[in-house]
Amino acid sequence: MHRRKMSARSVFDGAVFMSSEMKLLEDFKRDSHPDKVNLAGREYVGEHGHTTWLPLVRKIKQQIATDLTLTPEYPPILGIPEFTRRATELALGKDSPAIVESRVFGVQTVGCTGAVRLGAELLRSCCCSNSSWSGPILLSSPCDDSLLGTFKAAGIEDVQHYRYWDAESNGVCVENMVHDLENAPERSVVVLFASGHSPTGAELSQEDWKRLAEVMVTRQLFPFFLMSAQGLCSGSLKQDAWPVRHCVSLGLELLCAQSFSHNFGLYGERVGHLLCVLKQNLLAVQSQAEKLVQTLWSCPPMEGARVVTTVLNNPAHLVEWQESVKAIAERCMLIRERLRERLRLLGGPWHWDHIIKPGGLYCCFGLNTQQVEFLVQKKHIYVLPNGCLNVSAINSRNLDYVAESIHQALSSQL
Amino acid sequence: MSIFGEVPQAAPVAVFKLTADFREDQNPSKVNLGVGAYRTDECQPWVLPVVRKVEKMIADDHSLNHEYLPILGLPEFRSSASKIALGADSPAIKENRVGAVQCLGGTGALKIGAEFLRRWYNGTDNTKTPVYVSAPTWENHNAVFSNAGFEEIRPYKYWDAGKRGLDLEGFLGDLESAPDHSIFVLHACAHNPTGTDPTQDQWKQIADVMKRKSLFAFFDSAYQGFASGNLDKDAWAVRYFVSQGFELFCAQSFSKNFGLYNERVGNLTVVAEDQDNLNRVLSQMEKIVRITWSNPPSQGARLVAITLNTPELFAEWKDNVKTMADRVLLMRAQLKEKLKALGTPGTWEHITEQIGMFSFTGLNPKQVEYMVKEKHIYLMASGRINMCGLTTKNIDYVAESIHEAVTTVQ
Repeated sequence: MHRRKMSARSVFDGAVFMSSEMKLLEDFKRDSHPDKVNLAGREYVGEHGHTTWLPLVRKIKQQIATDLTLTPEYPPILGIPEFTRRATELALGKDSPAIVESRVFGVQTVGCTGAVRLGAELLRSCCCSNSSWSGPILLSSPCDDSLLGTFKAAGIEDVQHYRYWDAESNGVCVENMVHDLENAPERSVVVLFASGHSPTGAELSQEDWKRLAEVMVTRQLFPFFLMSAQGLCSGSLKQDAWPVRHCVSLGLELLCAQSFSHNFGLYGERVGHLLCVLKQNLLAVQSQAEKLVQTLWSCPPMEGARVVTTVLNNPAHLVEWQESVKAIAERCMLIRERLRERLRLLGGPWHWDHIIKPGGLYCCFGLNTQQVEFLVQKKHIYVLPNGCLNVSAINSRNLDYVAESIHQALSSQL
Repeated sequence: MSIFGEVPQAAPVAVFKLTADFREDQNPSKVNLGVGAYRTDECQPWVLPVVRKVEKMIADDHSLNHEYLPILGLPEFRSSASKIALGADSPAIKENRVGAVQCLGGTGALKIGAEFLRRWYNGTDNTKTPVYVSAPTWENHNAVFSNAGFEEIRPYKYWDAGKRGLDLEGFLGDLESAPDHSIFVLHACAHNPTGTDPTQDQWKQIADVMKRKSLFAFFDSAYQGFASGNLDKDAWAVRYFVSQGFELFCAQSFSKNFGLYNERVGNLTVVAEDQDNLNRVLSQMEKIVRITWSNPPSQGARLVAITLNTPELFAEWKDNVKTMADRVLLMRAQLKEKLKALGTPGTWEHITEQIGMFSFTGLNPKQVEYMVKEKHIYLMASGRINMCGLTTKNIDYVAESIHEAVTTVQ
């Protein structure tokens, strides 16, 4: 029999309604305008407008599904050892001094977010243990809300920002960034982006990285790299990982959160990796990582990691995959060039070099709130609230419409 | 000095160390009665036939997209999983006050639930709200809630070692003395590690006190279907609480009953007072998920959703689950028989009275040490054994060893 108190208060009464991050996507889905374009997505989409797999990935998944030798057992807490080994090599290079000297361990995580969360929890556990370290963590300005939220949720209280995006130049102001790092407390943890900044997509040159690395060595700063799309920015896995490898070569300790979502198209499978390069005390830190993983997800999901491992273990597969990554990077580059060209032809006082300077998925136009609203409401072009957009969703069918609309948005405020 | 220079070594988790020791042991008669995973009579992991079937369907389906799942998970998984816990005809579901979050296994579901409760349960800061876990309980419960920010994790009396059963009086006493609005982690069925569940009547008594004192019921349901072989029977306690008007959480794991240990398939079912409260709760949980793992993995959830939503596959799955549960019941019956036939001192009724994967044998630490060191039979220091580790081939050896341990070691 079913009885309920009709006028009882809920124990959840205090919970405030939060607008969903998915709202933009839901609005787009409901939008019936024939010219609508979604430039706010988090995935790379092909010319046809959908996420895509390499035929190789599909084949491997079919093999996995019919492989009778694979067991469904609980994996190790830190993930498949083969996977972490390959992911580490991918990031650092097989002959990295850190690998040769056994100063590195890796953890298979639930996507890049999982890697960042685990890294943040590890750092917080340092605050709590008898160590003298108590922060701060330095995040770029701007940074994604979710990134800030991840550190806060892990219990890191001292979060500060360094200047990164410069609205004037539509790019990075390295001087400001260097200045802020030089004046940060010693032993601060600095969150940096290899393979493209989120949300702006703005990049640093190798010379910039060299300068920053020097500051980090002098001030004993600890880099926490986010490498969410290795290979997608320059087309070269090695080149995109250069900042990380350079820091390792200088003897810096660091954390690096990697994702295989973009470069394998395995978004749904949540394949991530947290790389830890340390000078000492490796086993103890590894044991703490195990302890923390058990409070988050116990052990990671296998499907996606099995696919990645199969590819990275096989030289022929590796070549095929690298080609596909290069093709994605080149397509993004091509779209950027075409977009710049269209905008240039439409006229106006603006410069468009910042569109083609960085590679990868994201592009930032420095649009203000009204301009963003105009694009979404009037033109049915969905961009991120901060005026950044995902270039992969621009294709030959919508390029003109997108360029014209951006031009209109900027012109309307003159 | 490195930031990580002073981080201390964490103690190894007992159950994993046990398995590691087992692996290294060269003795041909060795038996692993430690880790909680199902094994066939050949002592092999078992991919459920229905799972193999659906895995292939998924791999061959070219229409599936590869995007991120929604933050709260695959909708058809969430709703069908909640139906499994509450019953397809649950009035709460009909009243639109049931929702769910797809999580990384049972652990992930506990994590999200704990993080939510700490922020939004009773006022906006529950760091001091006591969380009660059974004595004993799954060793990870404490860590999950503690890491979510709860400062007071307390035991509630549960296992009576003397009578080898439920300490109901102690349990009810701890419920009474707990501060109002405290959170209680309840095992929905097949209690881990004791295998001892309250009877229906005892659950009613527990629910009465909890309602009177506004204690929050957070069910951990990792063995539905696995305990008795019947899904509905194993869900009785959760459904009873719902029928009594409780708002509650139920952390469901599909690791055991689908044999999908490695794909991390879990579901946090939320039962709220009404749809408005439910929506607010889910909106906050979405935020919490976003900064923990962002989106859950698709493989396992797709598999479970297809199975639960396709009548023939659902029937086949229930059958597979019964196969596993029946084998466990058989091993329980046989172990008890053999111990009785050997004349092993003590009573062994608890072997068949207990339910699910685990049994608290009642062996003391010295006897356990004997079993491990002398007989190469690996079990937890608490005396907990995983019945799935028993097979028709090793059950005689195990029974004889228990007999030796009990008669020669005090």
